[in-house]
Amino acid sequence: MIWNPLAECQSLKDRQRLQSDRLGTLVDRVYRRVPFYRQKMDALGIKPSDIQSIADIAKLPFTSKDELRQTYPYGLLACRREELVEIHTSSGTTGTPVVGAYTAADIELWSEVMGRTLTMAGCKKGDTVQNAYGYGLFTGGLGVHYGARKIGANVIPISSGNTRRQLAIMKDFGTTLLACTPSYALYMAESAREEGFDLKDFPLKAGCFGAEPWSSGMRSQIEASLGISAHDIYGLTEIIGPGVSAECSCKEGLHVNEDVFYPEIIDPLTGQPLPDGQKGELVITSLTREGSPLIRYRTRDITYLIRETCSCGRTTVRMHRLLGRTDDLLIIRGVNVFPSQIEHVLTRIEGTQPHYQIVVDRGATYLDEIEVHVEVEEAIFSDVTGTLEKLKKTIHDELKSELGLSALIKLVEPKAIQRSEGKAKRIIDKRTL
Amino acid sequence: MIIKQISIFMENTTGRLAETTALLAGAGINLRAISIADTADFGILRMVTDKPDETLALLRGSGMTARETDVIGVEVQDHPGELARVMALFRDEGINIEYLYASLERKKEMAVIIFKVALVEKSLEMLTRSGYTTVSSF
Repeated sequence: MIWNPLAECQSLKDRQRLQSDRLGTLVDRVYRRVPFYRQKMDALGIKPSDIQSIADIAKLPFTSKDELRQTYPYGLLACRREELVEIHTSSGTTGTPVVGAYTAADIELWSEVMGRTLTMAGCKKGDTVQNAYGYGLFTGGLGVHYGARKIGANVIPISSGNTRRQLAIMKDFGTTLLACTPSYALYMAESAREEGFDLKDFPLKAGCFGAEPWSSGMRSQIEASLGISAHDIYGLTEIIGPGVSAECSCKEGLHVNEDVFYPEIIDPLTGQPLPDGQKGELVITSLTREGSPLIRYRTRDITYLIRETCSCGRTTVRMHRLLGRTDDLLIIRGVNVFPSQIEHVLTRIEGTQPHYQIVVDRGATYLDEIEVHVEVEEAIFSDVTGTLEKLKKTIHDELKSELGLSALIKLVEPKAIQRSEGKAKRIIDKRTL
Repeated sequence: MIIKQISIFMENTTGRLAETTALLAGAGINLRAISIADTADFGILRMVTDKPDETLALLRGSGMTARETDVIGVEVQDHPGELARVMALFRDEGINIEYLYASLERKKEMAVIIFKVALVEKSLEMLTRSGYTTVSSF
């Protein structure tokens, strides 16, 4: 089933006309209302009248995450404050949080695109959606919630965590669709087995999984152990939250809701647009947002676009499952961490620049696990085991309180950490994407 | 008197001890006492050798994390109840012992107990007062 055939199966010509109209209106509005955009366009000598069609989008300047931080909290607001009905922010672990500001129309838009997303996974009125994404500032929880309400499904707002309870609710209420991170889905299946039942015996039929990168191998594992159809969903707080793109039953790329979120792929180094099929950085323009619309926002996510019409009947462009990042951001259990932040914490604890290595793996529990290996130099070495154990605990606790990350700390001998060309290899990511 | 103990940091991997002892053997260094403290993923090798300065230089030179620590070596008679008497002294004086290990001294038929304590001077004074001999090497 297709939630909104008018939008999702529109002819390319009609869609381009719609995108062109919307881009024109958007540029006109932000030029008048947001000094940040006006200054950037003036600097390039671009006037709203220069934007006549969607093809003109390449004339517009990019917006970066750093600029969002510089304008925190309300600098990019394109509506009046009293029009806002909801605020979300990113976790802020990588610096000042970025803000999503929603008007009533923005929430309606979010409900609409999440309705499309859930429908792509086979969800409809009569289904019971167990929403195990965290409710709160994080967009996952409310995004799925609004989508489920939109299509008239029954939503259980259980939020994240408490696996035993998740399983009891799933069993007692006959959940048919599960929404959570892919690693948590596998963890639930494993926990169910330990409790002596098999999720394949449950009425569960599908799942919407996102908020962290995953592989096709992991999909097979999820589908086999839960007995469901597993769908990748993508989104980001800056644009709307989940609902930017999602997989239909064909699972050959994620359909981008391009009538409202216009995607481009660029060369991350030169900023030049790349042709369809070529890998590069995903850039998104939120064409119809009122609260915090973004023009050519650089997501730092790497993917490519697939333009051919999908056999599901939707004509929207698809993006390949995420292939990486343009920066060294690590996403661990939904927490965003840069290695430099871990280094900062270590430096502060020991008063010296330590040699360290970060190892990320998806362990036996299927959840992302992070190990931080710290070389024991003379400055921190003690002949008493208790002192070293205490150091391990301090590092663990500091990382936990600073970054919200529970890492396994391992003390290693000096030079145990592989150095390449004099520079230590800091990150080993063993997760297969 | 003070003994200079050398300790090194070690990951718990097979063959690590064999390598280290072979290194000492090659340099003609004699181990007088040795102990290992181990945890789930690392260990600390502590040793008293006949040439502490050379030992330290050798181990550091081969890339290990090594340090020198002042410990106390007490001679006690090699028969039942002797260690208990020394321990009672530390207890009565309120001195906490971080760790200890022992070695036998054949020439004198004595045992040497190596103590690591926070209060080195106080411990030395207490032991001398109680009639014990502390050694700087053995």
